[in-house]
Amino acid sequence: MKQEFIITVYSENHIGLLNRITINFTRRKINIESLTVSASAIQGISKFTIVVNETEDRVKKVVSQLEKVVDVLKAFYHTNEEMVYQELALYKVQTESLYESDQIEQLVRKSGARILEITREFTVIEKTGHKTETQKMFDDLSQFGVLQFIRSGRIAITRDPIERLSEFLKERDALLESMD
Amino acid sequence: MATKRVTGSQAVILSLLEEGVDTIFGYPGGAIMPIYDALYDFDKQITHILTRHEQGAVHAAEGYAKVTGKAGVCFATSGPGATNLITGIADAQIDSIPLVCITGQVASPLLGTDAFQESDVVGISMPVTKWNYQVTNIEEIPEAIAKAFYIAQSGRPGPVLLDIAKDAQVQELDFEYKKCTKIRSYISEHPVDPFKVKEAADLINEAKKPLLLFGQGVIIANAEDELKTFIEKTGIPAAWTLLGLSALPSDHPLNVGMLGMHGNYGPNIKTNEADLIIAVGMRFDDRVTGKVSAYATNAKIIHLEVDPAEINKIVKVDVGVLGSAKKSLPMLTLNVKENKHEAWLQEFRDCDKIEQEKVIQKDTFPTKEGLTMGEAVRMVSEKVNNNAVLVTDVGQQQMIASRYFKFTQSKSNVTSGGLGTMGYGIPAAMGAQLGAKDRTVCCFVGDGGFQMTLQELGTIVQNKLPVKIILLNNNFLGMVRQWQQLFFDRRYSFTELQNPDFIMITNGFGMPAHKVSKREDLEAGVQKMMEHDGPYLLEVVCEKEDNVFPMVPAGASVSDIILEA
Ligand SMILES: Cc1ncc(C[n+]2csc(CCOP(=O)(O)OP(=O)(O)O)c2C)c(N)n1
Repeated sequence: MKQEFIITVYSENHIGLLNRITINFTRRKINIESLTVSASAIQGISKFTIVVNETEDRVKKVVSQLEKVVDVLKAFYHTNEEMVYQELALYKVQTESLYESDQIEQLVRKSGARILEITREFTVIEKTGHKTETQKMFDDLSQFGVLQFIRSGRIAITRDPIERLSEFLKERDALLESMD
Repeated sequence: MATKRVTGSQAVILSLLEEGVDTIFGYPGGAIMPIYDALYDFDKQITHILTRHEQGAVHAAEGYAKVTGKAGVCFATSGPGATNLITGIADAQIDSIPLVCITGQVASPLLGTDAFQESDVVGISMPVTKWNYQVTNIEEIPEAIAKAFYIAQSGRPGPVLLDIAKDAQVQELDFEYKKCTKIRSYISEHPVDPFKVKEAADLINEAKKPLLLFGQGVIIANAEDELKTFIEKTGIPAAWTLLGLSALPSDHPLNVGMLGMHGNYGPNIKTNEADLIIAVGMRFDDRVTGKVSAYATNAKIIHLEVDPAEINKIVKVDVGVLGSAKKSLPMLTLNVKENKHEAWLQEFRDCDKIEQEKVIQKDTFPTKEGLTMGEAVRMVSEKVNNNAVLVTDVGQQQMIASRYFKFTQSKSNVTSGGLGTMGYGIPAAMGAQLGAKDRTVCCFVGDGGFQMTLQELGTIVQNKLPVKIILLNNNFLGMVRQWQQLFFDRRYSFTELQNPDFIMITNGFGMPAHKVSKREDLEAGVQKMMEHDGPYLLEVVCEKEDNVFPMVPAGASVSDIILEA
């Protein structure tokens, strides 16, 4: 059965690596629903957060192929339930519509969104949440006219008490040492 | 080590020398000219083979790597030179062959400008390399080359590509070389888990009908002796995959032959009767498994494998033993009981008897008028005392040669397995000959595949490589024709060839050649080829519509192997 999985890849911060990683999905015709790449907590190590809708078996196999990539340190996969995750969305509306009624203000308050910037012409609202939540905000704002809307890729953190990457790096160092 | 002021190009050559490179296959052009200029001063230390096409260079490098176990090295220029390497790189990737390919690239300020002969070689080769890297900064050259050799040759080997911008080739640096022995993000070989070994040993000790399947992993790990010790202690019959050929002598009493679509009857049919499969350094390719859901249906499966991604990739295993076969096999041998499986082994002999009668006799000692590929292969194998390097192209002749050529020592089989690359044979044979100078190299090629890379006859002659080429001419793209006959109602859609005069062509390259079309001339023809001091081509005119059997039809189970049409 297909379901949403979050794949986390830790790699050296080398050029071309994004391509090396994504071709593993392309080759198996797996669509990437969302992708976020950024520096991890450890210097020089990048973190990729990739969301796919696939069967667990196929996810498992693609993860083991990702780990084969020379510059990849480690790859994990998790179900949504196993992680705390967020996306960020920005909405641009006409400032005028804020004056016309308090409905937008109510929406912002109720949904825990916040206003980032107000100019004479437009207002930028920010909301973090799951996709369904940021989508609902978009739908609700639509009646007032949304000038622009953008959603980020997902970021996610495990529910484990330990930091997986530093644990992993410790093990890896020990393994490399034992190989001498 | 004292440093030395050199150009980037000199650094490339010096680095290759540090890695023990003695042979390079290549083809020059604008973007790699500085490196070729540096190479000019090193002709005592390095043999450079100028091929006639970059595809020839890369297949030659593969052939060299196969017989030596060392990385094959090739050079090509940017753009078309580099793209011509791609087929061979893809071939090496799927067959785990260590290659270091060095391509010239346009000068770094021109990158991305559609400069003359610029192509995104790093991008193009990414899906078919184990690792690749573009060098634009001269300081990186020694380190990149050290990394390239380490990655190409360690763990599960594979091709790497270094794309070196022309400006980096001409600048200067203080040269210092340090071999690469580890990379934080890359574990070439995992330590063997003794608990897994114990689990595997327990299964082996209990098994009534165990069957061992071995592949190229045994050859890559140099674990041939370890394999032999293991099977001799346990008495377990062992079958090789196409790429596992020669890891065990052909006449070893426990060698029950070849797996796969055109493999032997016994190992295929017995796969589904075995109660335990021990797979060593093989990857359950679909040409071996047939229909996976009907594969090894009665067996527990143990998989000894160096690449973690291969375990559970195709078939679900009961025990996966990660690590090099060189290490895991002896651990396993220590933990298993001495045993004999005489009755079980007899079942393989009985299968062989059936195959002998129905297929092998007819193939290798035919009585019909036309010559068969099988008799030619048998004859050549006998003339070299079953101890030559076999190189094959792709198609019927590949399967027939793999079935009937016999081996005495390891690293004696050079073939394109995973990719099935026609045109591989002739260039791979010249690389193999350079890697195994003292051995006889016999290359079997079809009339189709021969015409894909026959220009390399020029390279063979120029370098006086005594390769023996046996051109099995059936006037058809034989393997495709066979499928058309069996599965497409004999509709021979574009598989018949109007061939040139192969003898005249070969002579035109300055190579002696001889054609035989009658049985009574075959032995003398083979004899003459073998006695000739130097390269030689023997054309054997074969029956046009012979088929290769046995066959596991595509999509069928290994139990459904057929012996005749
Ligand atoms: C580059 C390439 N193109 C096409 C094929 C498909 N193919 C596989 S076997 C074969 C026929 C080979 O004919 P020939 O070289 O005459 O050898 P034979 O089968 O007759 O021994 C073809 C076309 C291939 N394997 N490689």
